[in-house]
Amino acid sequence: MLAESLFFSAVLFTIGVVGVLTRRNAIIIFMCVELMLNAVNLTFVAFARVYGAGGQVFVFFVMTVAAAEAAVGLAIIIALYRHRQTVDLSNINLLKG
Amino acid sequence: MLLQQAGPAGAHPLSGTVADYLWLLPLLPLLGFVVNGWLSLASAYRAGPTDPGAAHGADGQDGHAAHDATGGGAHGDDHHPVARHRYAGLVSLIGPGVLAAAFVLAALIFLAMRSAADVHTPFVQTYFAWMPAGDLALDVAFQLDQLSMVMILIITGVGALIHLFSVGYMRDDPGYARYFAYLNLFVFFMLVLVLGASYPVLFIGWEGVGLCSYLLIGFWFNDKANADAGKKAFVVNRIGDFGFLIAMFMLFANLGRLDFAGVNAAAASLPVGGPVVTAICLFLFLGCIGKSAQIPLYVWLPDAMAGPTPVSALIHAATMVTAGVYLVARSNLLFAMAPVASLTVVVIGAVTAIFAASIALKQWDIKKVLAYSTVSQLGYMFVGVGSGAYVAGIFHLMTHAFFKALLFLGSGSVIYAMHAAYHATHSHDDAQDMRNMGGLKRYLPVTWILMWAATLAIAGVPPFSGFFSKDEILGSLFLRAGHSTLAEAHWLGMPGSVVLYVAYVLGLAAAFMTAVYMTRMMLYTFHGPNRTGDREREHLAESPWIMTGPLVVLGVLSVVGGWFNLPALIPLGPVGALDRWLEPVVGASALRITGGAPVEASHGTEIALILVAVAIALAGILLAVVRLKPERLVPKVESPAEHGFEKVLADKYYVDEAYDAAIVQPLVGISRGLLWRGVDVGIIDRLTRLIVQSKDDDQAVGTSVPMGGWLTRAVGYLGSQLQSGQTGTYAWVLVVGVLFVLGAFTFR
Repeated sequence: MLAESLFFSAVLFTIGVVGVLTRRNAIIIFMCVELMLNAVNLTFVAFARVYGAGGQVFVFFVMTVAAAEAAVGLAIIIALYRHRQTVDLSNINLLKG
Repeated sequence: MLLQQAGPAGAHPLSGTVADYLWLLPLLPLLGFVVNGWLSLASAYRAGPTDPGAAHGADGQDGHAAHDATGGGAHGDDHHPVARHRYAGLVSLIGPGVLAAAFVLAALIFLAMRSAADVHTPFVQTYFAWMPAGDLALDVAFQLDQLSMVMILIITGVGALIHLFSVGYMRDDPGYARYFAYLNLFVFFMLVLVLGASYPVLFIGWEGVGLCSYLLIGFWFNDKANADAGKKAFVVNRIGDFGFLIAMFMLFANLGRLDFAGVNAAAASLPVGGPVVTAICLFLFLGCIGKSAQIPLYVWLPDAMAGPTPVSALIHAATMVTAGVYLVARSNLLFAMAPVASLTVVVIGAVTAIFAASIALKQWDIKKVLAYSTVSQLGYMFVGVGSGAYVAGIFHLMTHAFFKALLFLGSGSVIYAMHAAYHATHSHDDAQDMRNMGGLKRYLPVTWILMWAATLAIAGVPPFSGFFSKDEILGSLFLRAGHSTLAEAHWLGMPGSVVLYVAYVLGLAAAFMTAVYMTRMMLYTFHGPNRTGDREREHLAESPWIMTGPLVVLGVLSVVGGWFNLPALIPLGPVGALDRWLEPVVGASALRITGGAPVEASHGTEIALILVAVAIALAGILLAVVRLKPERLVPKVESPAEHGFEKVLADKYYVDEAYDAAIVQPLVGISRGLLWRGVDVGIIDRLTRLIVQSKDDDQAVGTSVPMGGWLTRAVGYLGSQLQSGQTGTYAWVLVVGVLFVLGAFTFR
């Protein structure tokens, strides 16, 4: 059971990483980040079944942080769209040195 | 109040008595420091006579206070209307007041200790854990035993008298409040030093008194010489403190404990006379050499006379400089286990005693005579504690505190009168030079009589106090040279008994010189014709009662102080009171040194020793009276220069010059020539100019390096190219980095 869960969460995490690296739409990247977070949550829960409930505590922390991050992140994306009329990150390079 | 009773064996006989208020003892002077310090700062923000030290930029020091360091506070004429410090009344109440309160408390604790049944173990009060780190468990704790009790009574008692004297001496000084703040702070740290229950707590007090000494030596810092003297004292003391620190590290490394009880218990595991315990003792003694001004680190003490004279009396004669003697006595168990270290203490003490005494023979400055005399007497104390006669050393510490404080305060009284006379006539002569004095007994009769009492005491004339303590040191040294563990040990290949006999002879010679230079000082200051000047003479007057009062008390103590420990041969009162009092602290170590049984001299030997000591003292006084003619002296400005060996003595064997040439100048030379001009300007600055070069630098340095700063610009350009602004790129870099780190850990 543990092995399957870990394999599944690894697949989810990899999908998230690949999405972050390849996509340019900010919303999609954002969703991929959430995917990675939840892949990690899955790992925690899976381990918690075997080694004790400590891992589940972390899941709550991750979920709290993810919720806060979603609120702030979406707000930034909305503000960005109002400003530039796009959410394509390849067009946004204000920090270029 | 965080207060736990932690007596070593359940209820200590002293718990439940007034000794429970032990914590209050150092707190009283600390309170005085806080209040006086606040008053000093507060007055700096108001109009009026300002203290140059209380706030920066205040410029209220009048010219006369600056021109003569030691008499800075002694004004008293009607040409310059002098305004006292704004809060002088309050300060004069608090400064000596807290000390008087502390003395009363100390006396009460003493009475409780005397009436308590058997006080064999120290009374320990633990306040809080200070350094709980690994194996090191260190508490802030005070301990009270018979040795600390003696020290506390000396510190608060003599301290209170000197505070009282200062009220008169410093009356018109603009830094009045600051002075008492420092003095109170000093007493606080000194009490921490003698009350600390472990070496580190003692060390806090040790460093604290050093700080206060520095602050008070440079009290009149408008004069650069005074500030330099303070710096010198501080730097020289650091050399000793380094030894103290090493000793503490070694104690912890070898015994695992730093509190006195723990060290004393664990010390038994060290081999007697082994290299470890010897090294610990020698490093501890290095600390003592610095603090107590022994050869080769004595050079700071004579310079410390730049401070106000009551400071010299309290810090540089009666209390702080005796901390080294206290430390050896406190570590008596360790020193008794290290005969070589103990012999080193004896040798350094004896050589210092005669060396400093010989310098004192030819000094003209009245305070310099007393300063070298202090160095010499401290040497005696070390001879005492080094030879295992711990009680004799502490006994001499006590009597010395009485008579030397009296001598310094008496010289303060003289300087006060001299300065007032010079000030009234606008003369700028040296108020401390004995060649300008003479015949002062007519003008300062009280000071004259009291200083003679102290002189007879220090010279060792019976029945004055110094006779008993000095005789006890020399007597026990002689006896221990005949039979003790020290006599059987070897010191640098020499048999210990030879070393001790030589030290005894040196001690006698130093006693002779002591009698000579003290009589010389008295003759030149108080006898013969007056050389102050015709106009000035009318203004010479005895000091006010607030100054002579403490002198009288100290005078009585100087006379009867020896009765605290009478030898069996002279049963004028209770015999050996101090011996019995200190027995629980040092008894075991003293027995170990004398080989298990106390050394008893036959009556014949004892009488012979006493007769020799008295004869030497009287011979010294007689020689001085016969040979020195105060009538032949002329004022300082007309005096001829010394020649030959006299000049060597007057110039203090050129030790300061030798240190300057051997240590200070090479250090300055290397710092300036190599480190500054070579490394800093030559290499670092040049490199810096090659790397960064802006227009500002060109203007500031005045030079321009072609292509200067190209390296910085190149690196900056490369760095800027890393910032593409593309979030995707950053994410790639991040992932590659994570993979790299994970890979490094996985395939390691």
